[in-house]
Amino acid sequence: MALTKEILMEMYLRMNHARHFEEKVAYFFSRGMVHGTTHLSVGQEASGVASAMALDDGDLASLTHRGHSQAIGFGLDINRMMAELLGKETGYCKGKGGSMHIADIENGNLGANGIVGGGYCISTGAALTQQYNKTGKLVLCFSGDGSTNEGTFHEAVNLASIWKLPVIFFIENNLYGMSTHIEKSMNIKDIADRAKSYGIPGIIVDGNDAIEVYETVAKAAEGVRAGKGPVLIESKTYRWQGHSKSDAQAYRTKDEVEEWKEKDPIARLRKFMIDQGMATAEEMDEVEKQAKENMEKAVEFARESPEPPVESVTEDVYA
Amino acid sequence: MKEMTYKDAINLAMSEEMRKDKNVIFMGEDIGVYGGAFGVSVGMFEEFGEERVKDTPISEAVIVGAAAGAAATGLRPICEMMFMDFITIAMDNLVNQAAKMRYMFGGKAKVPMTLRLPSGSGTGAAAQHTQSLEAWLCHVPGLKVVTASSPAEAKGLLKAAIRDDNPVCFVEHKLLYKMKGEVPVDDEYVLPLGQSYVRKEGTDVTIVTYGTILHRVLEVVEEVEKEGISVEVVDPRTLYPMETQTIVDSVKKTGRAIVVHEAAKTGGLGGEIAAMISESEAFDYLDAPVLRVCGLDTPIPYNRNLEAAVVPSVEAIKEAIYKVMNRK
Repeated sequence: MALTKEILMEMYLRMNHARHFEEKVAYFFSRGMVHGTTHLSVGQEASGVASAMALDDGDLASLTHRGHSQAIGFGLDINRMMAELLGKETGYCKGKGGSMHIADIENGNLGANGIVGGGYCISTGAALTQQYNKTGKLVLCFSGDGSTNEGTFHEAVNLASIWKLPVIFFIENNLYGMSTHIEKSMNIKDIADRAKSYGIPGIIVDGNDAIEVYETVAKAAEGVRAGKGPVLIESKTYRWQGHSKSDAQAYRTKDEVEEWKEKDPIARLRKFMIDQGMATAEEMDEVEKQAKENMEKAVEFARESPEPPVESVTEDVYA
Repeated sequence: MKEMTYKDAINLAMSEEMRKDKNVIFMGEDIGVYGGAFGVSVGMFEEFGEERVKDTPISEAVIVGAAAGAAATGLRPICEMMFMDFITIAMDNLVNQAAKMRYMFGGKAKVPMTLRLPSGSGTGAAAQHTQSLEAWLCHVPGLKVVTASSPAEAKGLLKAAIRDDNPVCFVEHKLLYKMKGEVPVDDEYVLPLGQSYVRKEGTDVTIVTYGTILHRVLEVVEEVEKEGISVEVVDPRTLYPMETQTIVDSVKKTGRAIVVHEAAKTGGLGGEIAAMISESEAFDYLDAPVLRVCGLDTPIPYNRNLEAAVVPSVEAIKEAIYKVMNRK
């Protein structure tokens, strides 16, 4: 699982896609073209993208309500993602899911989830299928810090542990559950400590360091695939934007946000590549340009895609 | 055909489907060596082993949620809630996840899971082990809700539930577990879901009912028929999505309808069925308003006399029949 230049360039492209995707979503939201609510993952691109890229072909993942970076990391098509956010027929869910329900189950993406902690049990069950069918595949279960206070976290991690299921619980700790700082919602500093209660490894990574995230997940995956049972990884990161589009962010200071912007995971990966002599500044510029162009194409695809026919409203309730 | 109990018919349905399809697995609390709280799965652990008959921790949410995740990825899990009351703990995974997954993901997911739910009062177990919560489940598009009132139906309908590609809630009234009846031993004895059945033909009144209370209705019907009142009894079996034409046709024939169920009256299926009849072409044939005879709007009490008073009595059912008959 060596981190080749090819993988890193693709990672950099996807992280840029993730950043631009959120910028477009914010723009569309302000124009009323994306509605309901949406949760942007700006600042969490290394966490979402590098972890998903550390998976093997055929591995599975479940995503959170803040799942755009995770989905792009998993390899979902940005055209179909953008179309879904605009509610179009060409979207991953034919316009019925929106931001919080993007999924591609046939290809192992078990979906984003609008319920905090909603992916824990689903992922555990999907991991049971992998174990039962001896596929050698694993499930990456994304979740957030706040969700580890939900009952399902404890039920799912415990069950996965006693049954030694192939699942990585990947907790993106961005310090806030909506407006509530983690210090006010749990009496421990590190969520990784919770793994001890279930007899599984709890690992902390710098969620803004794409290299560290990738290598940690890839290494954990080896043991999980070998049947040693689940692993919990706590990815320490930060969201630059509010919880959702209606958040005035009165609960944190501008200084705090600025401090984290200094730890921009995208700028950091760029610097790493250049410093290591793995790529030139020009090559990185080219990837950035490509990402922008790809996103414009995604927007065009989404805008030009047809609305779902109204008759489809009653379709697909039952198989 | 072989005479067996309702619970043995359920055991047979699960076992036959597990022999036939290796993707069918069974999960729940104490279903393994113990054989389940009501002894429904006795012998299955010995036959299928711990890989397929999986004892879980006391964790209802993950039993249901893991079943949904396993179903979405290719298995066909059956899970047992020890008591129907305990689905309260698993509701997110049932309602927000399993039921919606297909629709909200644009028709890509299939969630072929079966949730077995021992329900109902009459065991003296008080408020948290005796509810009939089928109306809650019938309010959730994406779920199917099925109930069987005889051993043969239990086998045939459960096999259909296991083979169905949707999440199916299979409601088993606990008082029926020991009921005996002739059950086809044929592997392919499957009763289709989504079909209502005329359990007994009649000409004066239609009674729509299901589960254990259906047997009480049949007792009453036998009595009133001696008095010259002919009653048709319709059992929907699939409570949601319910096939309604059979009910409508029956009411058109008899001109009178009563819905009887054990579950609490307010917000229950009785109101739904009565409204459906009123909205249908059967309305013009009605000689009397549709009546409901249902459980009281209380939790189930512990005291035996009080518990018996909560659910529709023989007298209450009989009274309703006289009432609709006298309206003409």
